[in-house]
Amino acid sequence: MSDYRIQGATGEWEVVIGLEVHAQISTQAKLFSGAATAFGAEPNTQVSLVDAAMPGMLPVPNRECIRQAVRTGLAINAQINKWSRFDRKNYFYADLPQGYQISQLYHPIVGEGAIEVQLDDKNPESTKTIGIERIHIEQDAGKLMHDQHPTMSYVDLNRSGVALMEIVSRPDMRSPAEAGAYLAKLRTILRYVGSCDGNMDQGSMRADVNVSVRRPGEPFGTRTETKNVNSVRFVMAVVEQEAKRQVALIEDGGKVVQETRLYDPDRNETRSMRSKEDAHDYRYFPDPDLLPVELDDAFLEECRASLPELPDAKRHRYETVLGLSAYNAGVLTAEVETSRWFEALLAASATQQGKPESEVAKQAANWLTSELFGALNKLGKGLLESPVSPDAGGELLALVGKGTISGSAAKQVLEKMLETGDAPSVIVEREGLTQTSDTGAIEAAVDAVLAANADKVAQYKGGKEALFGFFVGQTMKAMQGKGNPQLVNEVLKAKLG
Amino acid sequence: MPKTASELTDLGVAAIREGVAKGEFTAVEVAGAFNAAVAAAQPALNAFITLTPEKALEAAAAVDADRAAGKPLGKMAGVPIGMKDLFATTGTKTTAASNILGNFVPPYESTVSQKLWDAGAGMLGKLNLDQFAMGSSNETSAFGNVISPWRREGSEAQLAPGGSSGGSSAAVSARIAPAATGTDTGGSIRQPAAFTGISGIKPTYGRCSRWGIVAFASSLDQAGPMARDVRDCAIMLEAMAGFDPKDSTSLDKPVPDWEANLNADLRGKKVGIPREYRMDGMDADVARVWDEGIAWLKDAGAEIVDINLAHTKYALPAYYIIAPAEASSNLARYDGVRYGLRDLPQGAGLQDMYAATRAAGFGPEVKRRIMIGTYVLSAGFYDAYYTQAQKVRTLISRDFMDAFQTVDVILAPTAPTAAFGLGEMVSDPLAMYLNDVFAVPASLAGLPAMSVPAGLDRQGLPLGLQLIGRPFDEQGVLDAGLAIEARAGFTARPAKWW
Repeated sequence: MSDYRIQGATGEWEVVIGLEVHAQISTQAKLFSGAATAFGAEPNTQVSLVDAAMPGMLPVPNRECIRQAVRTGLAINAQINKWSRFDRKNYFYADLPQGYQISQLYHPIVGEGAIEVQLDDKNPESTKTIGIERIHIEQDAGKLMHDQHPTMSYVDLNRSGVALMEIVSRPDMRSPAEAGAYLAKLRTILRYVGSCDGNMDQGSMRADVNVSVRRPGEPFGTRTETKNVNSVRFVMAVVEQEAKRQVALIEDGGKVVQETRLYDPDRNETRSMRSKEDAHDYRYFPDPDLLPVELDDAFLEECRASLPELPDAKRHRYETVLGLSAYNAGVLTAEVETSRWFEALLAASATQQGKPESEVAKQAANWLTSELFGALNKLGKGLLESPVSPDAGGELLALVGKGTISGSAAKQVLEKMLETGDAPSVIVEREGLTQTSDTGAIEAAVDAVLAANADKVAQYKGGKEALFGFFVGQTMKAMQGKGNPQLVNEVLKAKLG
Repeated sequence: MPKTASELTDLGVAAIREGVAKGEFTAVEVAGAFNAAVAAAQPALNAFITLTPEKALEAAAAVDADRAAGKPLGKMAGVPIGMKDLFATTGTKTTAASNILGNFVPPYESTVSQKLWDAGAGMLGKLNLDQFAMGSSNETSAFGNVISPWRREGSEAQLAPGGSSGGSSAAVSARIAPAATGTDTGGSIRQPAAFTGISGIKPTYGRCSRWGIVAFASSLDQAGPMARDVRDCAIMLEAMAGFDPKDSTSLDKPVPDWEANLNADLRGKKVGIPREYRMDGMDADVARVWDEGIAWLKDAGAEIVDINLAHTKYALPAYYIIAPAEASSNLARYDGVRYGLRDLPQGAGLQDMYAATRAAGFGPEVKRRIMIGTYVLSAGFYDAYYTQAQKVRTLISRDFMDAFQTVDVILAPTAPTAAFGLGEMVSDPLAMYLNDVFAVPASLAGLPAMSVPAGLDRQGLPLGLQLIGRPFDEQGVLDAGLAIEARAGFTARPAKWW
């Protein structure tokens, strides 16, 4: 699909990318303890005896974490393993109280799946399927704070034991754009499912980026892994920088070493963290404190039944049932909040106009994507902070749909709604924006405009038809914008012959 | 008629509970008598790491008050006990007999100890043990070894009380505690019980919650009671057992009325005698007592059946892979960061702190097992050792399940010899490990198993017999134990020299 190539001194190179995404499971409590998981709490205030690995403390799996991982697996059409198991990954570090991380190496809860990404918003043909190898559940570690004391590091265990899903892709991506699209799509799905809030700036979602380069058609090269990359943009930058670095290295006669790297966004470069030689021997073995996880059919059925309509299906429905453009359908389904907002708007508009949703969907989609998004953009606000509610938006659309106000008046009403938060009908009333469909009044106004612009009428009749818009504008101006534009058009056409 | 202090300390769990309930004596009198006996014996036996006479008195006073108020009394009401220092006790130092936890005072109470307090028991103190329960002689304790109250006839040589629950066995056999908690990973209740002429049962894996017990090997660790006789074990096990949602491996099954259902009539029962346990060069006294045990069970009405437990000889090596592997990981948390010992040399970094702390905090046997465990889990060795050992474990369980198709309970010696002298084995860890040879198979299979005193060897030292039952059939084990107890007529006790 992608023909992204690095142009090296000795020819073209292809980049091969795989992502391991760590997504924090959205639950109130940690994976194996009852401690809370809220972001931004004071250090060490969300730590149970289990999280601090006190002697004799034991992990008890949080059923909700398992449920969310299974729902996520179902959402990417993956195989769900009805029997899975937790293993211990052993290593010493100050942010890892137990001296091991409870993870799933040998028997992950979710097996093979895939997601489809669209590389170009405007081109529905530009899709590619990215394979997902597995999803497993594991504990997060705590955090070291190096800026609290001149010679010591402090440890904050609030994150210790928080549940993560590690979502491991196949090395199926071939360009920065594909890696970015994959991560963005994965984030969208997780947010639809509700299994992860996708807040990358809070660390709820981060990616380890595996990159290698090769001559097109040749076997995979040696890969590096750049850890903890926390935005779509940075992932794309890592791929680009790392691929270029590897090509330059190889072309200089060097060899890529398998190693862990870190991304420095300020300098836009990756740096070596540790090589394979000093890699840990994690001594994985099954956690003897925990029983295997066995899922029954009723549990799987509940997980399946609780899944919402997913982005691909929703987008398809918007296009085929609601008749939206591919572009609008894409924009409105990219974020779960946007689609929820749109559907509430659509429902309100349809109800107030007494029409089926499919008849008013285009109007609603256009208004939302151009009018409201534009206005919110100017205010620097997101949709969730919009002072205009979906119901109020629906009311406004109904006023236009029923012909009570004109489209241009609707723009003014929206501005006032954003300013005051008042209902559109109140604003229309107060500002006197109700448009007139009184043909007598419109004819009088048209007659006056034509009389005052006899020269232009002559030009128009002489063939300068572009002047029609001028007459419309003058008439509307004379009617203070309240003339029903359709009737104004009709009357003008009749009078100008 | 009021009892003297030594009459009170001669009483076991059932007798104390009954006497307190009937008002023959008060719980406070009992606690006072045992507190005094503990204090008097402590310099000689070193059975305790921490003494808590006030805890024993406090619990006793509460029982006496409840009785006076006419409230119902618990299963262990008025019984002061020793608590192995592996159980976390709120506000009382919990050391696992290790320097790394030398000053550790937990802010939480283990499920098992809490259940015992809820049942009316009181705490005499925290009992000494092998460090992190790793050992068979109590010589790995960082607080000095326990000395067995038993001596060979005509000798003053110091003997091992067994391990790892050596403080428990010494205290119960010396009559300074009517009962004590133990934990058994590969024989740590049964072997010390056998060495000191008392009874002890390791229940089915999962019967007793592991929550709050300092972990050695999670898939094997089980708590259980150690007491003077089978009935006392049944009473105390009822108080200790029960489902605990805080332990994922806890059994979600009701606790049976083991005491009420005790029945030494074994008519209709079949007892299996495993051929593989009769080893070449077996101690003659051990063989003799085993034969006597067979005769007693026959006399109790049981049919004796020879059985095969074909993979027995692989049990010990498998155990000494699995237990250290789990231990190497379980003990990683003792790193000097959050609690316990921290050795931070001047200018040291994190790795130096780990090294210094663990070097200073762990004893040699603990270090040896961490190293063995780390080795067997290492890349390249994992399959050859750990995976293979797990396969052996499965085969051993299968041997037992096959045998239990035919028999109801299995009879075997508890340990290959009577108690050995302190210092006799420390230089030879493999010989020490061999002490567990009869105990380990039931541990690997998670089966209930108990040791009951059966007789004395030629030097006047106690020997125990082991009964192994089906999963969840503690009753069958206790019943067979009771049948032996009734016929063995074991009344020997160590002559008081302390």
